[in-house]
Amino acid sequence: MLTAFLGCLFVSLGLSATGASAAGQAVQGTLRNNGDPVAGVTIAVTAQDGTAIGSATSAADGKWSVPVPAGGTYKVDLDVSTLPDGLSVTNGRPSLTVTVFADNVRNVIFPLGPKGTSSGPPPDSGVSFWDRTLDLLYTGVHFGLTIALAALGLSLIFGTMGLTNFSHGELVTFGALMAFLFNWIVGLPLVLAAVVAVALGGLFGYLQDLVFWGWLRRRRTGIIGMMIISIGLALMLRYIYLFMFRGSTQQFREYVAQPGMDIGPLSIAPKNLIMDGVAILVLVAVSLALVLTRLGKATRAVATNPALAAASGINVDRIIRLVWTIGGALAALSGVMLGIFQGINYQMGFQMLLLVFAAVTLGGLGTAFGALIGSLVVGIATQLSTLWIPVELKNVGALAVLIIIILFRPQGILGRRERIG
Amino acid sequence: MDWNTIFSVTVESLINPTTIVYALAAIGLNVHFGYTGLLNFGQSAFLGVAAYGLAMSVATYGLPFFVGILVGLAGAVVLALLLGVPTLRLRADYLAIVTIAAAEIVRLLFRSVSLSKWTGGSDGLQRFSDDFYSRNPFTTGVNLWLFSFDRRELWVMVVGWTLVLIASLVVFLAMRSPWGRVIKAIREDEDAVRSLGKNVFSYKMQSLVLGGVLGSLGGFVFALSRAAVQPDTFGTEFTFYMYAIVILGGAARVLGPILGAALFWVLLNFINALLPAMISDGLIPRWVMDANQAGAVGYILVGAILILLLIFRPQGILGDKREVMLDAR
Repeated sequence: MLTAFLGCLFVSLGLSATGASAAGQAVQGTLRNNGDPVAGVTIAVTAQDGTAIGSATSAADGKWSVPVPAGGTYKVDLDVSTLPDGLSVTNGRPSLTVTVFADNVRNVIFPLGPKGTSSGPPPDSGVSFWDRTLDLLYTGVHFGLTIALAALGLSLIFGTMGLTNFSHGELVTFGALMAFLFNWIVGLPLVLAAVVAVALGGLFGYLQDLVFWGWLRRRRTGIIGMMIISIGLALMLRYIYLFMFRGSTQQFREYVAQPGMDIGPLSIAPKNLIMDGVAILVLVAVSLALVLTRLGKATRAVATNPALAAASGINVDRIIRLVWTIGGALAALSGVMLGIFQGINYQMGFQMLLLVFAAVTLGGLGTAFGALIGSLVVGIATQLSTLWIPVELKNVGALAVLIIIILFRPQGILGRRERIG
Repeated sequence: MDWNTIFSVTVESLINPTTIVYALAAIGLNVHFGYTGLLNFGQSAFLGVAAYGLAMSVATYGLPFFVGILVGLAGAVVLALLLGVPTLRLRADYLAIVTIAAAEIVRLLFRSVSLSKWTGGSDGLQRFSDDFYSRNPFTTGVNLWLFSFDRRELWVMVVGWTLVLIASLVVFLAMRSPWGRVIKAIREDEDAVRSLGKNVFSYKMQSLVLGGVLGSLGGFVFALSRAAVQPDTFGTEFTFYMYAIVILGGAARVLGPILGAALFWVLLNFINALLPAMISDGLIPRWVMDANQAGAVGYILVGAILILLLIFRPQGILGDKREVMLDAR
């Protein structure tokens, strides 16, 4: 089957024996002064309500790690009095508030340097509401772009072949796993590994349609039947990933603990900004291609009315295969982006899938541009909602929005008004 | 290799509490999916609401056991109404997305730290089943041929299979009544039913409530057999398993879910018992898989079974191909 190819790739490269692993969720980091590890510094983690979670002392290699019981927001304090003489936290922020996702490791960076070289603002009493809002807004846009990459493919696939593809999350995971594979085992730099992963993601999408979905279409399998088949496929792929990759959350080899750049009140790691740029470029390029090129027009024609498109000489099957290829590549890029942001896990795509559905439905099932808008709305709404509701419930907010939208405007923001049902 | 244990585990799965839970859940889902054609992907939420309704009533608020059962049943009805109002007028795939989202909302709320005062957070709740087990008439367990169950399991199984019997009887009687004929007609052609002057929305809602309540019985058995509830056991995969069971046994057949559940668990438990034994005996070399990986194989097979069934035999074992609702758009 199609997964055999993937299986061989994993097995032949012996994926299971590498990586910096960690089970459950934790806050961790590495303390360095000008490249040299700093040992013996105490770091304490407290929950939002003030209860102490635990503390750690940095080891000889400067590494420290504090496991936390669940995903949520935690305060991480570096005890300045335990720093070696003459050292200080250069950005003046020895106390940080960070969000940890369930089953993910959050890297926290305390930039250290000689006293008096403070580059950041003077320490203030706490992070102001607006700084926090801005920070969340940025994270929301970043997360929204990640969702958008996956949502565009999902929406196009729905538009062209009517399939609500529950296995789209596994395309996202595939991208991240391939990038991990080429980053750790083949040893390519992450940038190259990402390019390879995106190419393989496209190939995976192409082969999936060539071998599997195309065959089902020729067999005239019903839409509902295909939807449940996609659930079976998702289950199968997800546990093949688990089989090959194990259950722990891993990190890429480079850029794990990249210190943030201060941009106004925000501190953003350059890797995230670069990924944002790439995502925007890709999304714009695909959107322009949809509007301007012949193939793009054909794709939209198929999405609007497959029978009419076929009658006017468009090869519907070829268009759908193209959409699967592009969808697979975009999903892989989304996976790489998500992996850089929060680590790689066999169920990362599945965990994001419902938010992708929310985004696609919000924008209007089957509309490409609706998916982009919907993704940004979902990304920003989930992040900003944490200003008022606990972090662990932010996805509840997004999913509730989905249900409310369907209640009042089932065709979505950009969807055509039609009778649905 | 200890064939005795492997066969005993396998044969016990024919009738053990887990099979009962999935049979009840699938009977409910069969009403939705098999008879009415509703793609409810949130069946796990019905079981979750029932289980938590019981557990929270007894463990958190100290109410009597039977009040807890009533609260659980009421919870299932309310959930059906909440789910049904926005979605039952929509196309099938919208219903699928909304129900799966609603099930996730329910699970996330159960495991949320901020509600843990009432729900126990991700640890869940215990100590609500004493009342149930204090009524246990069995004084000893049973050890017969390959079957061995302790007295608690026996009690759960007697109650559970009685519930399965009642639920099947309800479905059997409901589906051969005029009401059932309308329900099946809705699956075949909604507009035709509407043109006969039937209120399709109301019938679908009744079906959603009936199936939800039948499924919630499985939630009670689930909670009581483990004497604990935990939020993450009510994830989306729970529902996917139920779909595999309904389709395996045969949708729109009274006995389909029961046959499906028994067969499904016999197969899955056989593999889950066989593989680790083969690994520890060296029959499967370590480089192929180790004991941790063997756990994933069962899930991979479930996915494969679901795919193969839908492609080659969508009517399952007992079903009739003409009756399986898989082509609506």
